[in-house]
Amino acid sequence: MKRIAFLDTTFRNVCLICAGVCGVLTLTLFLQLASASGEAWQTFGWGFLISTEWDPVTNVYGALPAIVGTLLTTGLALFIALSLAFVCALQIVDAPPVLSKILSYGIDLLAAIPSVIYGMWGLFILCPLLQEAFWLLEIDTNGFGLLAASLILALMILPYICAVMRDVLKMTPVLLKEAAMGAGCTTWECARDILLRHGAKELLGGVFIGLGRALGETMAVLFVVGNVIEIPGSLLEGCTTIAATLANNFAEADGLQQSVLFALGLILLLMAFGIQILAHCYLRKTAQKKGA
Amino acid sequence: MNTVNNMTNPKIKVRNLSFYYENGHQALFNNDLDIREHAITAVIGPSGCGKSTHLRTYNRIYSLHRGQRAEGEIWLDGINILAPETDLLLLRRRVGMIFQRPTPFPMSVFENVAYPLRLHFKMNKREVADRVEQALRDASLWEEVKDTLHKSGQALSGGQQQRLCIARAIVTEPEVLLLDEPTSAIDPVATLKIEDLLLRLKERFTIVIVTHNMQQAARISDVTAFFYKGHIVETGETKQVFTTPKQKQTEEYITGRFG
Repeated sequence: MKRIAFLDTTFRNVCLICAGVCGVLTLTLFLQLASASGEAWQTFGWGFLISTEWDPVTNVYGALPAIVGTLLTTGLALFIALSLAFVCALQIVDAPPVLSKILSYGIDLLAAIPSVIYGMWGLFILCPLLQEAFWLLEIDTNGFGLLAASLILALMILPYICAVMRDVLKMTPVLLKEAAMGAGCTTWECARDILLRHGAKELLGGVFIGLGRALGETMAVLFVVGNVIEIPGSLLEGCTTIAATLANNFAEADGLQQSVLFALGLILLLMAFGIQILAHCYLRKTAQKKGA
Repeated sequence: MNTVNNMTNPKIKVRNLSFYYENGHQALFNNDLDIREHAITAVIGPSGCGKSTHLRTYNRIYSLHRGQRAEGEIWLDGINILAPETDLLLLRRRVGMIFQRPTPFPMSVFENVAYPLRLHFKMNKREVADRVEQALRDASLWEEVKDTLHKSGQALSGGQQQRLCIARAIVTEPEVLLLDEPTSAIDPVATLKIEDLLLRLKERFTIVIVTHNMQQAARISDVTAFFYKGHIVETGETKQVFTTPKQKQTEEYITGRFG
């Protein structure tokens, strides 16, 4: 008896400590980022968030290009991935069983590819391809920039969104589908107007997962984004993201610049946390609605 | 073969209709049936006898499912519904359908009824609003929803949802209404409302209703067709079928000896 009680208590305490360490780590991470970026906030104040200047020589830094670049690449990637995932999921659900399985596995495999491979592929294949494609349209570009980064990101989050979308389309009641077709929908209209709306809530969950991944993706983006610390004027211009800026500059940064990079890190972390919290609140709200 | 005598010009003529599911299972065997215009035809029979399968060929909704196949002819006026070249969009505008359970679309009450209009016609906002209101009035639902048109159609009660689906089906002015056990998921009071509604609507539409409920068939239909194991055993005036059935199987079914 005594032995069991002792082991149980010990086990419980070990669990408690492990769980506690996770919480403390997150908290200290925040605190350390905050303190390490203190110098940057003191020097530039809130203006840091809206300044577009970035000059290591005169030591003047602004976060806006990186923030805008992050939001643009993520947003664009999400748009591309959603459209692509919708078409893929429709095909998977409608195709004969064997083809459906092959497609399904294929798209799932995309999730297993390491991001550095995506980056290499982007660097050596996608960007030259874009360059040639636009050259045919008589537009001069080297292929690197906002569009290339968004395309790569889209491909990376595609499997997550596609998986959710596939489930949404599969789980729609047959009667609802028949009712839509009976009302005179084409397959496309039925999917777009009825099935998507029916599964909008589940879909948003998938979107949040994809969003989280796209926001912080570093390696793949770094290869193709162009790494120009400016707000891009067009799809084909080079830009940067927070994650890419950090990876590019940390090696040789010190003093104020290092503090600035920590500040950027803090901003990225807050953005990611914001999305997490938003997703959490949203899912809780819809869960309550369903329970009622 | 059973024919109804005073059937001069049927709206739908089914000839030699057979139906097969994906696994090759034959569900209908050489069905012949005439559907009278501006009347309610009830299709009755025990579970699994092919009533719904039969109904689902009239708007070819079965074609949604891989491997399902119908043979024979179904004439809607001069057009063979089963012919490959039949325009499904036009067919489904002429033949509306209501299902076992209410199927409101995930949109507002108003949009539910306006949606098919937009699929089939080009109309301005005013026309759409007028047609939606008229359809909701015709479906005896307007008074209950006129102040909440922008709330979700899925938030209505079961009976209201089914009347919403009827409004959605009649808004495009079809010629035929198919109802596949429309009251099986609905309470008795709401069921009576829908039956009254159908009796009014038969002035304007040709109605075919599959029902499990023999009292319902007796109450509202003009013609009754009795199905058994994929065959049409007997067709006739409802009164005759229920009082003096010609076939022994029909008599056994309506007197409750099986089914």
